[in-house]
Amino acid sequence: MFCLLRVLSQRRLLEDTRQRENQVATRIQSWFRACKVRAYLSHLHKKAIIIQKTWRGFTARARVRQMVKAAYFIMKMNFYEEMAVRIQRRWRGFFQRKYIHNFYARKSYLQGVAAKNDLLRRELDELKKLQRRERDCLAMVKEQEAKVYQAQRLHHLISTKQCPGVFNSPFRQAPHEMELLLRQVKYQVPTRLAPRGRARPQGIPSPTALSFPGNLGSPWTKTSRTCCSRPVLSPITTKKQQVMTVKVWTMTDRWSVNVLIRFF
Amino acid sequence: MMSQRQIIQGVMSMLRPLLLDVVPNIQQTAALALGRLADHSDDLAEAVVKEDILPQLVQSLASQNRFYKKAAAFVLRAVAKHSPELAQAVVACGGVDALVLCLEEFDPGVKEAATWALGYIARHNAMLSQSVVDAGAVPLLVLCLLEPEIALKRIAASTLSDICKHTPELAQTVVDTGAIAHLAQMILNPDAKLKRQVFSALSQISKHSVNLAEMVIEAEIFPAALTSLRDQDEYVRKNVATLMREVVKHSPELSQVIINYGALSGVIDYVNDCRGNLRLPGIMMLGYLAAHSENLAMAVIISKGVPQLALCLSEESEHHIKAATVWSIGQIGQHTPEHAKAVATAHLLPKLLELYMDASSSEDLQAKSKKALKSILQKCTYVPGLEPLLYDAPSNILKHVVCQFSKVLPHDSKARRLFVTSGGLKKVQEIEAEPGSALQEHINAINNCFPEELVRYYTPGYSEALLERLDNYQLA
Repeated sequence: MFCLLRVLSQRRLLEDTRQRENQVATRIQSWFRACKVRAYLSHLHKKAIIIQKTWRGFTARARVRQMVKAAYFIMKMNFYEEMAVRIQRRWRGFFQRKYIHNFYARKSYLQGVAAKNDLLRRELDELKKLQRRERDCLAMVKEQEAKVYQAQRLHHLISTKQCPGVFNSPFRQAPHEMELLLRQVKYQVPTRLAPRGRARPQGIPSPTALSFPGNLGSPWTKTSRTCCSRPVLSPITTKKQQVMTVKVWTMTDRWSVNVLIRFF
Repeated sequence: MMSQRQIIQGVMSMLRPLLLDVVPNIQQTAALALGRLADHSDDLAEAVVKEDILPQLVQSLASQNRFYKKAAAFVLRAVAKHSPELAQAVVACGGVDALVLCLEEFDPGVKEAATWALGYIARHNAMLSQSVVDAGAVPLLVLCLLEPEIALKRIAASTLSDICKHTPELAQTVVDTGAIAHLAQMILNPDAKLKRQVFSALSQISKHSVNLAEMVIEAEIFPAALTSLRDQDEYVRKNVATLMREVVKHSPELSQVIINYGALSGVIDYVNDCRGNLRLPGIMMLGYLAAHSENLAMAVIISKGVPQLALCLSEESEHHIKAATVWSIGQIGQHTPEHAKAVATAHLLPKLLELYMDASSSEDLQAKSKKALKSILQKCTYVPGLEPLLYDAPSNILKHVVCQFSKVLPHDSKARRLFVTSGGLKKVQEIEAEPGSALQEHINAINNCFPEELVRYYTPGYSEALLERLDNYQLA
């Protein structure tokens, strides 16, 4: 029994310590297991990191390579575009300046217009002068013709040896021009009532339309005539005469046509 | 006391049986008498129509001799010339067909009388011209052009001109018979009246469309026509100018063709020489030229067109000529600042303003001068030319002037100095404008170009403000 009490008290003591020792043992074991797990986890982490690091490096390098390619491409394209812009700029400038708005062509055109204007003005002035001269010439010739016709009709007023005529007054220094004309003009038997300016019997000077009247001198110069219409037959008693009919167009028109043909 | 109407009726009823007389001489003389009566006044012509004399005449036209035909054609012409209704009456009784038959005669006198009558009929309106053309007159008229008699040529050209003037279709009909070539050949003919009619016919043909104008040009009438610009006869010159105007108004290419022959100097000399209504085609030609493009406007400027137009504006007193001149000036100056400067240096801007403001100008003239002034001002950068306008202009013109100043002054220092010394800045300050309007913005833009003291110096009421400051000044 005493040994039983000793055993029971020992067992009671041991029971107390057993709990504690159990606890301690549990603690130690749990700590150890924790260390084991921690070691395992850290090992896993490290390996996972290695994998992830390698993978990320791989993808990043692939992306960078792509980015480098793209940047290179963009750089090249920028260069090309800039060169293209230069070419286009030069071309557009050239094209505009040559075809669309050519400054020098416009300048020379305007100068040409001014030159043509002056030319035409000069030509028209000359033409006008010529026309006026011709009109004056015709007027003069007409006047002369009229005088000669008058002289013909008044032939009887010519002064004779005995008796001075009306136009040859003794108080004058020299005879009147009518007197001189009367002396020069040959008397012509008047034919039928020919209207003045149409039929031209011999003796009346013909209008010289082809040459200028530098010398309207002698009234009976037999020059080539211009007739407006049909040729006139001379009377049978008088000498034959050359009669040339020329076209109606007077000199100025021919001249002006020539000028203009030469002009352009 | 017999009234005039009774007298007329009496005369007509007495002449009418004489037309059917046995003796041909009496018939002819009766017809001649009728013709002269009808020629004199339209009452008599109406009486001729009412008395049914026309059908009788027309019927006997076919059968009688040439003297009667001439007299009968004279009667028809005398009746038709007064009004479209009378001409319609002539057409209605078959007059046109009878006249066309006369055109096939040999005698040039008959042809001339018939052509003249057809011309007077066709003159009034398009319908009557169409009836003349439908009767087949045009080929015969062109044949008449080729006859040697000058009088016949004249009257044929005049009739063709009267036919062509109404519509493009009629002109095309005439052109299709080859009239242009024959007309072109007659340009250098020395007869002045013939040239008048020829140029008139060509201008009536070319006025309708570009194609017709091109056909006229292709007949190579220029440069030969330019010599007629110095013709003795003023109507020949006028008709040449009209022809050029009608050709030029269609397209720039046609204008170019004419300018290349130096026509500008011809036209400007022509405008210089003549007066009054004769100037109008020349002025309008310059306007049409300038309207096409700025090249042509510049060509007009270098040919000294602008001083000439300024002269016209000052010399002429009729409003429609002034309106045309103002329009031409507007067309010249509206393209670029260079053109506007050319107009401004000729001192035309104040003149245009004056015409616009003048109460006695017609409405057309006022409207045209306003439009011209506006279009020139929008391009004008010539400061000495703009300045006179600051003083008298009404507000709608003033805003354009101030706008132009606000564009020019910021960039040109000499102009700024000139602006100040000539009193322009002072005037600008005196302008009252509503705040926020475009005018006020421009005035602000101008004021920003100058230092503040200068602007304040010129503001109205500055001297009073200074005096007030003086009153409030305390000697410290």
